[in-house]
Amino acid sequence: MSKKTRMTGAKAFVESLRAENVKVIFGYPGGVLLPIYDELFDADVKHILVRHEQAAVHAADGYARATGKVGVCIATSGPGATNLVTGIANAYMDSIPIVAFTGQVPRPMIGNDAFQEADITGITLPITKHNYLVQDVNDLPRIIKEAFHIASTGRQGPVLIDLPKDVTTDEVDFEYPEKVILRGYKPIKAGHKNQIKRAADIILQAKCPVLYVGGGIISGDASKELVELAQAINAPVTTTLMGKGGFPDTSPLCLGMPGMHGTKYANFAIQESDVLVAIGVRFDDRVTGKVDSFAPNAKVIHIDIDPAEISKNVRVDLPVVGSAKSVLKMLVKFIQESQQKADTAPWIEKIDNWKKQYPIHYHTDDKLKPQYIIEKINEMYPDSIIVTEVGQNQMWAAQYFKFTNPRTFISSGGLGTMGYGFPAAMGAKMGYPDKIVFDIAGDGSFQMNSQELATVVVNDIPVIVAILNNGYLGMVRQWQELFFDHRYSHTTISNSVDFVKLAEAYGALGLRVTEPDEVCPALKQAVDSGRPTVIDFVVESEENVSPMVPAGAAINEILDLEVKS
Amino acid sequence: MKHTLSVLVDNKPGVLTRVAGLFSRRGYNIESLAVGITDNPEISRMTIVVAGDDHVLEQVTKQLNKLIDVIRVSDLAPDESFERELALFKVKVDKGSRSEILAIVDVFRAQIVDVGLKTVVVAVTGTGDKIYAIEKLLHNYGIIEIVRTGKIAMNRGEKVVKIS
Repeated sequence: MSKKTRMTGAKAFVESLRAENVKVIFGYPGGVLLPIYDELFDADVKHILVRHEQAAVHAADGYARATGKVGVCIATSGPGATNLVTGIANAYMDSIPIVAFTGQVPRPMIGNDAFQEADITGITLPITKHNYLVQDVNDLPRIIKEAFHIASTGRQGPVLIDLPKDVTTDEVDFEYPEKVILRGYKPIKAGHKNQIKRAADIILQAKCPVLYVGGGIISGDASKELVELAQAINAPVTTTLMGKGGFPDTSPLCLGMPGMHGTKYANFAIQESDVLVAIGVRFDDRVTGKVDSFAPNAKVIHIDIDPAEISKNVRVDLPVVGSAKSVLKMLVKFIQESQQKADTAPWIEKIDNWKKQYPIHYHTDDKLKPQYIIEKINEMYPDSIIVTEVGQNQMWAAQYFKFTNPRTFISSGGLGTMGYGFPAAMGAKMGYPDKIVFDIAGDGSFQMNSQELATVVVNDIPVIVAILNNGYLGMVRQWQELFFDHRYSHTTISNSVDFVKLAEAYGALGLRVTEPDEVCPALKQAVDSGRPTVIDFVVESEENVSPMVPAGAAINEILDLEVKS
Repeated sequence: MKHTLSVLVDNKPGVLTRVAGLFSRRGYNIESLAVGITDNPEISRMTIVVAGDDHVLEQVTKQLNKLIDVIRVSDLAPDESFERELALFKVKVDKGSRSEILAIVDVFRAQIVDVGLKTVVVAVTGTGDKIYAIEKLLHNYGIIEIVRTGKIAMNRGEKVVKIS
């Protein structure tokens, strides 16, 4: 008996999503997508209609980061497709599994500069893990199966599928494939046993080890193994922006973030380490500062699922290619079985002294400080999912919120996309409706996708946008203050919009806070309302993110930028 | 230093763009590129000559391997492989020079593939060095146009670059 059923490509699209167990997609219709949207009209997959395609891809990305599942978005041909580009690049830089569908003009019109035609597979070639232009409806189920497989395995990433309109109206004997056969794609999972053994030997001899961990811990679901490793060797752990939540900020072994706006003690520890165990990181310039003086005395062990990351930016002494979870599991086993015991007590003591001497801090007075707001959110709602925009708001959220669980900090790391946070928060909230989801925003970033207030109100997605409103494009202003003699060229955006009225215009709750003692009541009101809320926190306008390593400097050349008003 | 990569890829539309795009995006320079089908019609072979040190070669190889359509990447060692290239030279010719050009063609075991009143076309196959040598000689008579295929290469002996 055949399982095959005859149906259109559009119906096969919906059936394939069902087979992949997709619960929600974010999208925006258009001419060439009419057959697909007609099928979506009564399909059981939930479709969230956004107000701009960029929000659809960011929402899919936020959903993926919060849940660990593949996020899905869809946009029409031409401008719809090109509006996805920033979000796809964002997901690519941070290795986030999404499958983006785009409509395309009918096959006979491709290449003729038809209405709303854009070569989206060409455009997204360098920013996707892989992409497809479907030429034959019979290939559609296989391609969708492959796309989900590629997006979610190995080093994860975005995959795009371009669907010509006539492919969606052609008929296919639908059967969703059970297996994927790709001879050019064989991701490595288990690490090489002897390499891991060597790593264990090096680690056990370390006097001053540091674990430098990133997004690979989160996507590799390896938090538990990481904690075991840190405890087994009594080593401090520094988590990059992408690794936040992968190791509890509340642990005495936690160093916080490394690099440009990292803690002084994380940077000092890296610089003085004799063994640096890098796990699921890519030695980004915001972490390493001047590469030549990064961890000058350390033997570097690099554990990563992507062989191309080994020795890309920094010379590595011992590479281990494999998933963080499987490698760490074996590494911990070797270490526990060993007779040798690393003595790191003096090193930990040294670090504890640095921690006492150079804590992350800000100047407290009667003014409303952005850092204070983050601390209050943390105190009142420690189990929230914190999504951020990009800039000062992002750094303060990373510095002052204590993350204890993976997938609770969601932020645009590699690409640094302003406007990411609000739609990503929407996606995260779709994945976890019962969790409190904050978008920590700046007044600049929020205005890049504020139109999504309509989406969250219409679909009742109660996220809370906490705008740290300083009237500036704050991070750029900070650089202008420090490196361009206070010449605030085109970074002043004060009084550009009344955020409370803007929220109300869309039917959301709008609140304004100007004094420190109003912060907690406003947060409580927002959470208790159960409604999409915008809180306009009018904060100290020229507060800086501190400490800071100037671009191109070594990471121990770190400046204090505390603003005393 | 130059490296010759023998790369097996799925014979699908867009593969060449993916490979070429990777080189330009990552800042690697392709010195020569030749593409042809293999004994398996579903698989094509690209022979790519790339300049760079070991670090560059390592990155190129790893990045190529990350492309889904790339099946196998093999760096051909110069002393264990041989290379060939085909070049066509359109050379000015007159009564006086015709016999000299024919002599050069003979020495290089090249061929005259087209004869005109004022031009001849010389076809030569061989290594890059050989092609460079004949080009230098023909230059004296006036080369009007050069067309080269790009290098292809193969392992010596029983060793092959095939899908396992």
